[in-house]
Amino acid sequence: MSEVILSARGLSKRYGRINAVAGVDLELHRGEILGVLGPNGAGKTTTILMLLGLTEPTSGTIVVDGFDPIRAPLQVKRRIGYLPDSVGFYETLTARENLRYTARLAGLTRAQAEANITAALKRVGLDTVADRRVRTLSHGMRQRLGLAEVLMKGVELAVLDEPTSGLDPQASFDLLDIIRGLKADGVAVLLSSHLLDRVQAVCDRVALFHQGKIVLEGTVPDLARRVFGGVYIFELDFDGDVDAVSLFSALPGVRQAFATDGTTRVLADRDVRAELARAVVASGALLRRLVSVEPSLDAIYRQYFESRHGTA
Amino acid sequence: MARRSGSPFTGIGAVFVKELADHFGSARMRVLEWLVLLTGVGAVYTAISDLKTTTASDPFVFLRLFTHARSPLPSFIAVLAFLVPLMAIGLGFDAINGEFNRRTMSRILAQPIYRDALLLGKFLAGLATLAAALVTLWLLVVGFGLVTLGVPPGGAEVARGLSFLVVALFYGGLWLAVALLCSVLFRSAATSALLALGLWLLASVLWPLIVQFIANAVYPPSAVTLLLGGGPSLGQIELQQALSRVSPSTLFDESVLALLHPATRALGPVFMSQLEGSVMGAPLPFTQSVLLIWPQATGLVAGTIIIFVVAYIAFQRQEVRA
Repeated sequence: MSEVILSARGLSKRYGRINAVAGVDLELHRGEILGVLGPNGAGKTTTILMLLGLTEPTSGTIVVDGFDPIRAPLQVKRRIGYLPDSVGFYETLTARENLRYTARLAGLTRAQAEANITAALKRVGLDTVADRRVRTLSHGMRQRLGLAEVLMKGVELAVLDEPTSGLDPQASFDLLDIIRGLKADGVAVLLSSHLLDRVQAVCDRVALFHQGKIVLEGTVPDLARRVFGGVYIFELDFDGDVDAVSLFSALPGVRQAFATDGTTRVLADRDVRAELARAVVASGALLRRLVSVEPSLDAIYRQYFESRHGTA
Repeated sequence: MARRSGSPFTGIGAVFVKELADHFGSARMRVLEWLVLLTGVGAVYTAISDLKTTTASDPFVFLRLFTHARSPLPSFIAVLAFLVPLMAIGLGFDAINGEFNRRTMSRILAQPIYRDALLLGKFLAGLATLAAALVTLWLLVVGFGLVTLGVPPGGAEVARGLSFLVVALFYGGLWLAVALLCSVLFRSAATSALLALGLWLLASVLWPLIVQFIANAVYPPSAVTLLLGGGPSLGQIELQQALSRVSPSTLFDESVLALLHPATRALGPVFMSQLEGSVMGAPLPFTQSVLLIWPQATGLVAGTIIIFVVAYIAFQRQEVRA
């Protein structure tokens, strides 16, 4: 595994009697995208603010590239690029001037700042509007400008809070493409979002927040196995007069099979694609399609909370 | 607790330059400048038309430019005493909450700077803006005087004029700190502006009245003085003066009085015995006048620092979450 850039242990934050975050452990490696998911008020933003040293944790430790955000906040903030939830800019300044101000705050030299700003704006596709006032930019453009700021800083860890919220599908796809570009540069990305299917597309791992804790963490297939109890789902289409349900149900490893609208769905304990194919061919039918269905993050999420409420 | 690493002043230059540029470019500042300029020119113009008759006999004719008043127009310093706080509040009332409302705060604080740099940078930029406006105005008045009166100011006059500038700047700084504090405490810019203006009205208009009332209640005039028609007792005067000096506008007024009227010998009650041997109406040397207002001037500076520190502590404890 590559180098750990961020690690948090037993992170918690109390506001009066409310436990906003209660014992969160996180680890993030170079060039990895971690998706942080969860309902509103689950403690995602509070956790992010603690990682940046903008809020002091009640207890727990954080190490960002060897530095503690409480003791050495400047070192940490130099290494982290932050795109806040619904980011704002100085409306009367141009896009370039806004970035220039942050570049100066970040301590970049003038020449370096100009080069980085031009490159970053080009990369997020804002080079044509660089000298327009931010007032005239659309919401999607502002989000991209926020990403340009992260790119410009040349960071090792990018923390993006709801970067795709309120964006149309095309704009959010563009944004996720830029985020993939960050990963390719070896930047670790921590991404919080509600838009589960989009997150699924870019994240290496996801962490599901619920009431201040991480209740599930791992890759998407990993989570699916845990939430759905290790079930594999397959879909088949074939031509031929075969009783699919009884045919597949008899196979070893298959739990259940059912046919709907000409498509047969099979639930199994393991990967039984080879057996399914053989059974179809042996029965004399023509196999048209056989795919393994990944449960979507959306389905996992819903299944998880439903099962919770069921047991609660 | 281990110390935090890194200088708290990292990035202060960047904040300062940006805020200064914002102030100079803002419509708000332009309106305030025109307001000060027009009222100032009006006051000075009437002063000059009166002073032309006494140019030869008055040793401090340039100072009269600042202090001379002909009703209904107020004197130039009365205009400044009124408008400097207004300008300072105008510059500071949305300094911090504006960043929150524009949602730029978390983005800025995520940069490698401490909050100290942001607050101090904004304060210093406001102070520099005030200074620029005041110096410009001061030079205009002096230049106007040179052209119309035709006599150059003396060394003492220049020294007194410049000291007046410094005092006025700190008076503005105090109200800037108050406005900054309000902008930290209230998320709504309107509330912040209203509170800062309210405090200013309280200090400059209501406080003198309240003080009179309190002093009268603590030292009620005795039956004898009422019968003989005597003035208030010494205790009453002293209490009234002590209380009124809580208000920065009193401190400013007293400082300006001593600086621009060289004949001012004392700011409190004076006994006949203390005046023995003095030449009435003779001007004090500049250094003696400065000595006279030293407590007032340090009081203004101290007030500025204390209010800024309170704003600083409040800001440090604030949650960044917008």
